Order: sequence, then structure tokens, then C-alpha cells
Amino acid sequence: MPRRYYNVLLPLLSGALAFAVWQVVCLLLDEDHRFLLPAPLAVLAALRDEWPVLSHAALNTAQGALLGFALAVVISFTLALALASARWVRASFYPYLMLLQMTPVILFVPMLVIWVGPGLPSVSLITFLICFFPLVVNTTQGLVSADRLLVELFRMYRATRWQEMWRLRVPAALPYFFTGLRIAATLAPIGAVVGDYSAGSSAGDGGGLGFRAVIYGSTAKYPALFATAAVTCALGFVLVAAVLALSQLTLGRWHDSYAQKDN
Amino acid sequence: MHPASAIVELRGVAKNFGGGPPVLADISLTARRGEFTSFIGPSGCGKSTLLRLIAGLTDATAGEVRVDGRTPAQAAAELAFVFQEPTLLPWLNVAHNVEIPDKLRGIPAAARAAHRAAALALVGLAGRESAYPRQLSGGQKMRVSLARALTLAPKILLLDEPFGALDEMSRERLQEELLAIRAQQGWTAFFVTHSVAEAVFLSDRVFVISAQPGRLRAEIAVPLASPRTAETRLSRDYQDLVVEVTRRLRAVKTFAA
Repeated sequence: MPRRYYNVLLPLLSGALAFAVWQVVCLLLDEDHRFLLPAPLAVLAALRDEWPVLSHAALNTAQGALLGFALAVVISFTLALALASARWVRASFYPYLMLLQMTPVILFVPMLVIWVGPGLPSVSLITFLICFFPLVVNTTQGLVSADRLLVELFRMYRATRWQEMWRLRVPAALPYFFTGLRIAATLAPIGAVVGDYSAGSSAGDGGGLGFRAVIYGSTAKYPALFATAAVTCALGFVLVAAVLALSQLTLGRWHDSYAQKDN
Repeated sequence: MHPASAIVELRGVAKNFGGGPPVLADISLTARRGEFTSFIGPSGCGKSTLLRLIAGLTDATAGEVRVDGRTPAQAAAELAFVFQEPTLLPWLNVAHNVEIPDKLRGIPAAARAAHRAAALALVGLAGRESAYPRQLSGGQKMRVSLARALTLAPKILLLDEPFGALDEMSRERLQEELLAIRAQQGWTAFFVTHSVAEAVFLSDRVFVISAQPGRLRAEIAVPLASPRTAETRLSRDYQDLVVEVTRRLRAVKTFAA
């Protein structure tokens, strides 16, 4: 069976099967308990009915997610350059970065809302905080682990520190950077929804997906809640796909694990 | 030997890393301009370190290294190094890889292109400019690495087991090509190798180094006629010299054990 069919057909088949089993399970539940697990068809119906509200909320969430994501990319890259440029900088700050990475950002959400105000500012700030650490850790790792012989080659040719950074370390770090970027892209919509869940309510403009989830949850509109989750997934999927396309474009010609298999 | 013709001089050079046991001890040698010198010895005898000392990649603990009358750091522009591995930048194509040394020195694009074209022609890779390293064979990558070193028109070429990872056929071809390029350009060469045959085929002089610490134990002159070709490998003189160097190398190994 050609590879293409294999990679497209099989997932579709398993997805359809899961869908069917789920639907049958829901039909087997008695009337009183059916609300506990929304059936897939009910979720699809809710998605259709709530689409005007959900699509608007999705745009709000996407805005926060993208803003926080972009901010995280820019700031983490700058910080990684600083960390990679001197051993003492790395020794002074890297342990704290690891520590901060373990910190559950969500606990500080009430304070963050007070600091920057509800709505987009706090949603994007929370997204930023969640995306930031995998990016800075991966990029720094990439910048400091350039091939030792290549570093010696550059020193042999009397390269300046600037040249060593931009012509050697930064390109060598790209595969690591894209690994961090892919992790951050999966986290960004989750971060935005979490932020929106607690800080989006008073944003006006109907809030984002997290706020819709609060409303659907409290009014027991569970099919709509599932539909909200599905829209969040789709958002993440689009972002990750964009990152993968970008990494393919950047690394495809030279990096073994991204290279086309046919040449 | 006339001092005027000396280009590299080592006097009483010793090296140890951070208080550890000496890696090299009491190394003294003089290389004439245009001479091809090989270092051969058991693993861990410090022959690569010796090359790195001449390159200025590391400093001697004692003694003195002079390159063209200066320290290796001052003579950096005259030196080129070919590593054990091709050490190409995987994100650059062949043309850009070869131009890297010029680029780091701020040479204008036109001159860079001229140097690159000449160097790639020398190693027989003209036409492969747009290929990426992952598309090349091991031998081709090593040719690119050699071309990159040649763009600088070095006076001294330092080669650290450059052909060690190649198959016998590519290895012998590259040895012959290396000598042909040298005949055109006349640089002085220092070559580290594990292969007696390779050392004899390439060199004017072979030094046998013992281990722990590395010392120059024997010096064998190789008066084979130039140009050396595939025929040379079949000659009686060549084979006698291979036997001679092998004996000296074996003596060193027994000595170290």
C-alpha cells in the first residue's frame, strides 16, 4: 500500500471507528445519564448552532495566543543569545530559569489580571509565560551545543564573536529552536484558553473560548463545551502546522531529519 | 640546513593539560619551506596535539613554536587546518562552505568567487557548488574541506588524519591528488596519520612518535622521486621504506608497553 494512503487512510479509519463506538456508547446510556457524555453527533450539532459565537470567541483567543506566542519567541531568542554569549551569564541565571519553568503559572493568574488588566493583555501574558520556557531552554541548548570542531574552525579563521554567533551558533541552533517552537505552538492555544478562562470574562467583546467554556460549563451545555474544546484543538493544529511548514522550509534542504526522503 | 629555509621550528616543546601527565615532551624539529612532514604513532601519543600546537589552537606548556619567525597566533593568516572530519556547515551549500574563510575575513564577493572556483577546480568538484553536504559522499566532503583550506592560499597546511574515515580507493586517490595540488602550490605540510603506507607515500620525512609522553623517537627521510603516482606504490624503494617505518613504529609500541 503506498505510503500516502497509509498515512491518510488509516488515521481516518481509526477516527471513524472511535467516533462510531463513542456514538453507540452514548445511545446505550439510559435517558437520565445521557447528559454526562455528549454524543459526537450532538457535539457536531452544538458546533453548528453555536458557530457564530464560537468563531468570534476563537478569533479573540487566537489573537491572544498569537500575541503571547510571538512575544515569547522574540524575548526568549534574545535571552538565549545573552545566555549563550558568556558562561558567567549562563551560570548566574540558567538555574532560575529551570526553577521558573516548574512554577505553575496558573496560580498567579488573579495577580496578573490586576497587573495588566483583564482581556487581551492578561490572556497574552499568560500565553507568553507558558510558551516562554520551552523556547528559551531549547534555543539556549542549541546555541551552546554547536559542534566543537566547527567552533575551532571558526577560531582558527579568527572569526569575531559576532561572526561565531550569527554564522555558526544561530544556524546550528535552528533545529533546537524549532523543537521549542513546536512545543510552544501546542501550548499557546492552551495557555490562551486557560488565561481566558480566568481573566477573559470582563474583556467585553464576548470573551474568548475559555470564557465560552465557563458559560457552557455552568449552564450544563456539555455538547457546546465539547465543541469549544474541538475549536481549541483546531486552533492548536493550525498553529503547529504553520510551525512545521516553516521548519520544513528552513531546515528541509540541509537537516537530515527534515530532509525529503526521496533524495 | 640553512635557517633561511626553515618555516616551522619547535624547540623543546612540552604540553600537559591542566596539571595532568605530560602529553608531549621535549619536541624539537625544524621544517623547511615546502617540506611534507608526517607524524605517525600509536593512539594517544599526542600527534594531534602536536599539530594543534603548530596551528595555535592550543599553547605549549614549555618550549617555543615559531611559524615563519612568529608565534602561531601571529602567523594565523599563513596557516590552514584540515580536520579529521570534514567539518562542513550543513546549512550551507558547497560554494558557501568553501567561501567561509574568505567571508570571515571580509574579502569582497568577486575575489571570494574567484578563490572558490579555483579551489573547487583543484579538488575536482567544479559544478557541485549548489550541493549540500548531506548529498555528498565522504570523499567528496573531504574534498570540500580541503578546498576550503586552500582558498586562503596558505603557506602551511596542517592535516589531522583527513583521510582516516575513507575507503582505501578514495583514500589513495586523494593522496595522489593532494600531492598534485602541492606540486602546483608549494605549501609546507604537516600530516598526522595512523597509516604507515600513507605517511611514506606523501612525505619527505616521517617522524615516529612514542606515547606517554609523546616524544619524537625516529626520523625517516623518504627520498622517493616526484611525482609520486599509483606506480610509486609498487616500487621496491617504497615498499622498503614502508617496512622500515613499520619496524620503527613497532619498536615504539613495544617501548611504550
